[in-house]
Amino acid sequence: MIKDQYILGIETSCDETAASIVKNGHEIISNVVASQIESHKRFGGVVPEIASRHHVEQITIVIEEALKQANMIPKDLDAVAVTEGPGLVGALLIGINAAKAFAFANSLPLVGVHHIAGHIYANALVQPMEFPLLALVVSGGHTELVLMKADGQFELIGETRDDAAGEAYDKVARVLNLPYPGGPHIDRLANESDGAVPFPRAWLEEGSYDFSFSGLKSAVINYQHNAEQRGEEINPNHLAAGFQESVIEVLTAKTLRAAREFNVKQVIAAGGVAANKGLRKSLEETFEKENIPFYVPTISLCTDNAAMIAAAGNSKFSAGKTSDMSMNGRPGMELNSWN
Amino acid sequence: MIWLGIDTSHTPLAVAVVKDDQVLAEFKSSLKITHSIGAMPTIEALLKKADIKPSDIDAIAVAKGPGSYTGVRIGVTIGKTLAWTLNVPIVSVSSLQVLAGNAAYFPGIVCAIMDARRGNVFAGIYTNGEVVKEAHMSLLELLKTVEEMGQPVLFVGMDVNIHWEQIKEVLGDKVERANAAFSLPSAAVLIELAKKQQPTEAHTTVPEYLRITEAEANWMKEQKKNDN
Repeated sequence: MIKDQYILGIETSCDETAASIVKNGHEIISNVVASQIESHKRFGGVVPEIASRHHVEQITIVIEEALKQANMIPKDLDAVAVTEGPGLVGALLIGINAAKAFAFANSLPLVGVHHIAGHIYANALVQPMEFPLLALVVSGGHTELVLMKADGQFELIGETRDDAAGEAYDKVARVLNLPYPGGPHIDRLANESDGAVPFPRAWLEEGSYDFSFSGLKSAVINYQHNAEQRGEEINPNHLAAGFQESVIEVLTAKTLRAAREFNVKQVIAAGGVAANKGLRKSLEETFEKENIPFYVPTISLCTDNAAMIAAAGNSKFSAGKTSDMSMNGRPGMELNSWN
Repeated sequence: MIWLGIDTSHTPLAVAVVKDDQVLAEFKSSLKITHSIGAMPTIEALLKKADIKPSDIDAIAVAKGPGSYTGVRIGVTIGKTLAWTLNVPIVSVSSLQVLAGNAAYFPGIVCAIMDARRGNVFAGIYTNGEVVKEAHMSLLELLKTVEEMGQPVLFVGMDVNIHWEQIKEVLGDKVERANAAFSLPSAAVLIELAKKQQPTEAHTTVPEYLRITEAEANWMKEQKKNDN
């Protein structure tokens, strides 16, 4: 019989301090997230220095809570996985140094995990992953299409050339004076809307799987400016709906084309923007018609969490890849295969 | 009683292992190696050399700042995580006091400084090992404060050289600077200071930055403007 494998995951790449214990890469034993969002709201976005300060205050409390909820002690664990990058460097360093000290004190192996690999493996916590698999990763910092031909193998087939989708959402939300974070508000306004302002779609050159959202963002800002100059009131619902339609149409169409080209068995969405209702619905309907299984994790597993880091860490650790005490934070880390 | 001491609050890295009244091993350097890369491997190597297992550690001493924000946080995070998971007490000591501890036997004012850019310093003023003042202030303000105390003064810290001309100009014959051998923090000194202080709870042990973030300062300015 194969022994069960328990991984402690730690994630501090942005504004959530999180720790979790996952069994065999798919079963969540405990999952603790301390959000700092209230603290950053007044600044209209995440302030890196403040995020780092909060991580130091929370880190041991969150790890202790993850152990407590799992009713486990450090020697029940098989390894410690931590987000090594990308992310805010000062924030990453708190999780990394806590993970190193914890692993050292308890003689546990240490595994450095790529944040996006974590988002993708959040799906392993919902249903088994089947390969080849196509992942659409959309969040405040990332918009990527990743092809996985096997467990632990990643091929970046498309990425944003400017703003991440979530970043565009936040900027448009600011135009509409919506509170931070703006994504969920735009999603709500768009869903309630009875019309949509027509905005352009950024398809880029033919065949490209890359994305671009800065042009769309400018179009929205210009639209608002022009209306203001003419003294016209804009309909925020129509503006939100028009923006969201443009984002969703491009994301869905490129994901569909890639799914066909690479003949994948599964399509998954991951990252904070995958919590967007409009996007989920569009992808669900498209892939149902296409007869390709489509999955998206529950909303709490779409946003940053440590269970996803433990799940990805489980795969990497099983492949025999560990890190040593000199692990550093890597804000621009690339997504490399470990298998 | 075995102590592990860690200071990463500025460019230098300092680690020491003290058993009762004996310094078993000590490391210090001013090499510009990121603490995130250098600190844990140094702790691991020093403990190994001293033949001490993590579970043998009875107490942790850590320099809590001020200094480089990121640097301070690395040492405090390592220290508090070790203390919590090993279930041992942690004592956090002012990084300026650790520097000043290099001159514990100087019979006058000891002034420890770290450069904080734009003409500002983090400064600690001590007499007979007692804290007179620890603050983030302009160098000019510091020199004025020290001058008014009217006693011989010794400046300590690797950043003293950056400001030495200006210090000498204001304080003249009354001032000396510690030589290179006493310019880096010593984690053994940190541990000796920690022995005299009360431990804090690992979870609530946090850095002392002595300065709010720029975002908060701007936000507060904005609030004040709106209030008026």
